[in-house]
Amino acid sequence: MPRIKVKRTSTVTDMTAMCDVAALLLTFFILTATARQPEPLAVSTPSSTYEFKVPAENNATLTIGQGKVFFEVAGQKVRARTLELIGQQYKINFTPEEIKKFSVVSTFGVPVSSLKSFLAMSGADRMKPGVQTGIPTDSTDNQLNSWVLQARTATAEVNQQPMRVSIKGDSKEEYPVVKKIVDVLQKQKVNKFLLVTNAEARKK
Amino acid sequence: MAELNTGGKKATPRVDMTPMVDLMFLLVTFFILTTSISTPQAMDIVKPDKDENNKDNRLELKASKTMTILLGKNDKVAWYMGEAGATAPTYESLSQVEKSIIENRRKADASGVKGEFVVLVKPTSGSNFKNFVDIMDELEILKVKVRQIDDDNILDSEKESMRSQGIL
Repeated sequence: MPRIKVKRTSTVTDMTAMCDVAALLLTFFILTATARQPEPLAVSTPSSTYEFKVPAENNATLTIGQGKVFFEVAGQKVRARTLELIGQQYKINFTPEEIKKFSVVSTFGVPVSSLKSFLAMSGADRMKPGVQTGIPTDSTDNQLNSWVLQARTATAEVNQQPMRVSIKGDSKEEYPVVKKIVDVLQKQKVNKFLLVTNAEARKK
Repeated sequence: MAELNTGGKKATPRVDMTPMVDLMFLLVTFFILTTSISTPQAMDIVKPDKDENNKDNRLELKASKTMTILLGKNDKVAWYMGEAGATAPTYESLSQVEKSIIENRRKADASGVKGEFVVLVKPTSGSNFKNFVDIMDELEILKVKVRQIDDDNILDSEKESMRSQGIL
């Protein structure tokens, strides 16, 4: 009887193709993704079936959670101009270095009076609990109003575009807190808002 | 002169790519985890203008085609058709209100009164942000075109009836 010849193939596979795929994926991710900004105030947004993207430019985001409100305006140039205008309004002189630092700060929540010391901190120190107490919204010292107003002015100056206001609220946040913030905006005749939500599949 | 031994068997210039692939996937994983790819979704909301001097702000509503939804505590809502106090409010949970909206719209459209079916949303102090987003989302899904948000004019009678049901 003839013996069946088993063909022995080498167990070493050529990894070059796989390496190519991995490199391609890596390139894709690096190019499409934007780095996630550290958030000083973590909120879990409610979900909705709306399919409207939050604009990346000409937009200010108010983060509401734990009864506090944090502010962010998109665009480094706009941020720099906003700080200049805030400085003029509150008679605080910000050095060019501080303005530069501020232009890369995304979401923040400190009163204007402690903004200088806040900017002097390192990135890690800013994220420590208790450092950022939220932007004052009392009727006597309504700094949120000033921030939104100056951000709108700055956006109009830098981009020649109207600024949109997005509200990123925590699911559990009580409605009166949200209403208080919305009322501040409505005083400025901002009646259109974007509520930031998570995407949710439409049930059918 | 010394010569390099180039003759004989040529070694194939093969490199083991496995560690490189490992490294690549490690980097891919790292980038997936540290970046946010999609921009968040947003809901478009328009609130009524508060300027009292603007005469155009007054919107006339047909009582028989207006449904008022009050948002209360514990994901509960109270709704009624027409004017406050004319009909007793119905209390139910937020997830059930979808059916009521459909039912009310069907009745309103069948009544033959001119005008659009309007839903008035009144979030009270007992409700949270999620309730508000949920109801606006529900109206969007049901394609209720005319919807108004009113958080300033919550009537005392409405508050009273909600308190009696323990949802304010």
